[in-house]
Amino acid sequence: MRFQASAFAALLIIVPANAQEDTAFFGLESSSQTLLVRSTTDIDVFAPVVEAFLAQEPELSVAYEQWGSNDLSSLSADNCETGTNSADLVISSAVDLQVKLVNNGCAKAHFSAATSNLPTARNWRNEIFGVTEEPAVLIYNTELVSPEEVPASRFDLIDLLRPADSRFAGRVATYDIEESGLGYLFAFMDSQQANTFGRLLEAFGRSGAIATCCSAELIDGVANGTYLIAYNVLGSYALGRAEADPRIGIRAPTDYTLVLSRAAVIPKDATSPALAGEFIDFMLSGLGQSAMSQSRLIIEFGASASANPTMPGGGPSSLRPIAISPVLLAGIDQHKRAIFLAQWRESLRRQ
Amino acid sequence: MDWDINLFRLNSTVNTSTAGQKAPLSLAGRLVIAIGFILLTGGIIVTFAAFAYGHQAARNAFDRLLVGAATQISASTTIVDQHPLVDLPVPALELLALAREDRIAYRVVAPNGVTLTGYDELELPVSQSDIYFFDSDFTGAPARFVAVRRHFAERGFSGAVITIVGHTTLAREALAWEIALNAWVVVALAGIGMVALAAFSIRSALTPLRRIGDDLLRRDPKDLTPLDVAVPRELQTIVGAINRFMNRLSRQIDGMQNLISDSAHQLRTPIAALRAQAELAAEESDPKKQSDIVQRIHSRSVGLSRLTDQMLNRALVIHRADTAFHETIDLRKVAIAATEAFDDGAIFESGRLRLDLPQAPVWIRGDALSLQEAAKNLISNALQHGQGKVSVVVGGQLEEARLSVKDEGKGMTPAEVQLFSQRFLAKNHKPGTGTGIGLSIARAVAEAHGAELEATRSSGEGFEITLRMPAMQRSGEVGAS
Repeated sequence: MRFQASAFAALLIIVPANAQEDTAFFGLESSSQTLLVRSTTDIDVFAPVVEAFLAQEPELSVAYEQWGSNDLSSLSADNCETGTNSADLVISSAVDLQVKLVNNGCAKAHFSAATSNLPTARNWRNEIFGVTEEPAVLIYNTELVSPEEVPASRFDLIDLLRPADSRFAGRVATYDIEESGLGYLFAFMDSQQANTFGRLLEAFGRSGAIATCCSAELIDGVANGTYLIAYNVLGSYALGRAEADPRIGIRAPTDYTLVLSRAAVIPKDATSPALAGEFIDFMLSGLGQSAMSQSRLIIEFGASASANPTMPGGGPSSLRPIAISPVLLAGIDQHKRAIFLAQWRESLRRQ
Repeated sequence: MDWDINLFRLNSTVNTSTAGQKAPLSLAGRLVIAIGFILLTGGIIVTFAAFAYGHQAARNAFDRLLVGAATQISASTTIVDQHPLVDLPVPALELLALAREDRIAYRVVAPNGVTLTGYDELELPVSQSDIYFFDSDFTGAPARFVAVRRHFAERGFSGAVITIVGHTTLAREALAWEIALNAWVVVALAGIGMVALAAFSIRSALTPLRRIGDDLLRRDPKDLTPLDVAVPRELQTIVGAINRFMNRLSRQIDGMQNLISDSAHQLRTPIAALRAQAELAAEESDPKKQSDIVQRIHSRSVGLSRLTDQMLNRALVIHRADTAFHETIDLRKVAIAATEAFDDGAIFESGRLRLDLPQAPVWIRGDALSLQEAAKNLISNALQHGQGKVSVVVGGQLEEARLSVKDEGKGMTPAEVQLFSQRFLAKNHKPGTGTGIGLSIARAVAEAHGAELEATRSSGEGFEITLRMPAMQRSGEVGAS
């Protein structure tokens, strides 16, 4: 019995370690210092950025662990509590959970010229930094949706769904916000932006829109024609697929476009916090930014010269960066989340 | 005269050099030290006050923020299916996020002590009041909290739900510092302004002193006229003192000059007469006649000797009256001392001289010895030249003290008094009697005491000469007199 209990305890400790999705090692095994990065970003998306960094610092190596956002958050919280097994740098798209980590005093501050030049929405307390710029976009199937039908804004989308015999009924998809942390964050930010969201949810509910788990499923569904339109897809993933697959069209809503900055945090118990700071500075530098642009982690669109031509949408005035601030704690409050999910479920269920 | 001034100069140089051995701090230095001390003390007090004020102001400002957020959260708590549900309002967190660098904490607690939502580890308030502020810490950092109590009385749920909201204190401290620093900057600027103003005032306040110095330096060595420099009221005492001193100096020099010229004038004739007599005696062969001449020479010599005494006496008295320290004295004692000099054992008994004194002292400021001398001269004049009884009367009113010498003769006319009291003796004056000299001594003493010499002649009562001078009022004795 005692043995079983301790085995169970050992299992519990091991479980989070097993939850990592993938790992990679960059640089030479013999290098003097290794930076441990835990991130929610796919390894192949982030690898060029790491390689560009190592080109600058050839004597370093980077151990990269790819995690799911919720697992990464709870692992970081555990590390903070026990003070062990800490990564040197945690980069997550679950900005709200990263903010909570910082709010709990689990982060180490980092000051540099690069961080002080960041806009306030992307730097809180010099402990959490927004390193990417990724819009939440609409994607559509270019073969099944005519250019005239492509909704430019949320109002257009609502109008498309309004007729009782709309052919879009049941063929519009979005994240299942109970499953996807990112989907929840986008939906919650939508609810804060405008009351359009209530009408959109209502239209989704009436037309039988689909809620599904992940970015990949949404993009696949649009590509193969299961869905005509997917709402609030992370632009970086969509753009990557759209380059290889002409069936996927992308549009940034002109009424407003949410922009996510993945949040980088140096945990308070990091073994190489200075190195992690250097990596952050690199990501914010010109070289780092261009590497991130190539990985589509920084996407510019609208009227500017460097804008991505495949992403039509509103100008810079319609951009709504998701500000990294303690206000994000509201969305992940137990009661608030329960209430918001209940409303969401209620709206979507209504036929 | 030049010689005297040089002596004076020599003295003053000696005085300056001895005073210079422990030179007192300059006026400017004193003012700078005083102002510096005031500014330093004031600065320290203001700094502490500014910090206290800054802390209080920052605390008040951010406490309002906390209450605002807590009240919003508390208000958004509703009872759903007999359970409290907190629909955390985003504006509440936006309010807290106004303290940009601060971490925030909140906790909503059900009446049974169970955390409904938020940070489970937050401390519960010790007070039962509806709004209660307290300091505690949040994950290792100092933090300020407010607990707001909301009482529910719903079907199936009643009791108080406590909403605790707090944040770390970075923004408070920053604001407190900012307020304190601003106050401090204002004080520092005011201080600099005060120093500049003080420097200016010191310079302009010392300008009159420089003017006095310049005026003295520019003067002709023989010029002893009063300084005529426009100075502020505070410096008028100094200028007054300098002028009084110069006046005294001038009088002394005049006195000495007078002594020399008087002596020359007075002594030339008797000495010439003596010489003529002596020559006569040398040529006389008749021993009888020669003896007569020698007799005359002797009597003339006695007269000359008395004259010389009186002249020196007068010079001394006048000098003394001018230079001696004036103290508070009783005029009655002066009168007593003066009359005693004439006491040959019979003069009082015979009724020739009598003293008439008030019961209470008559206080004046002056030099007892020179006043006695003046009184003696007046009494002596009255005894020698007056008729009948001589009385010495002392009287005092509140502001005036009097010493009068009366006799029953017809006395002198005011013109005669004027004439005799002059420095030069009248041409027709018969040397040897000394009347003129006595009166001029009295007059010089009177002048040195700011007193007046007044002669009155009335047919019925005889002649009276009075020394009037300002009386001193001694506290406690005013009523008695």
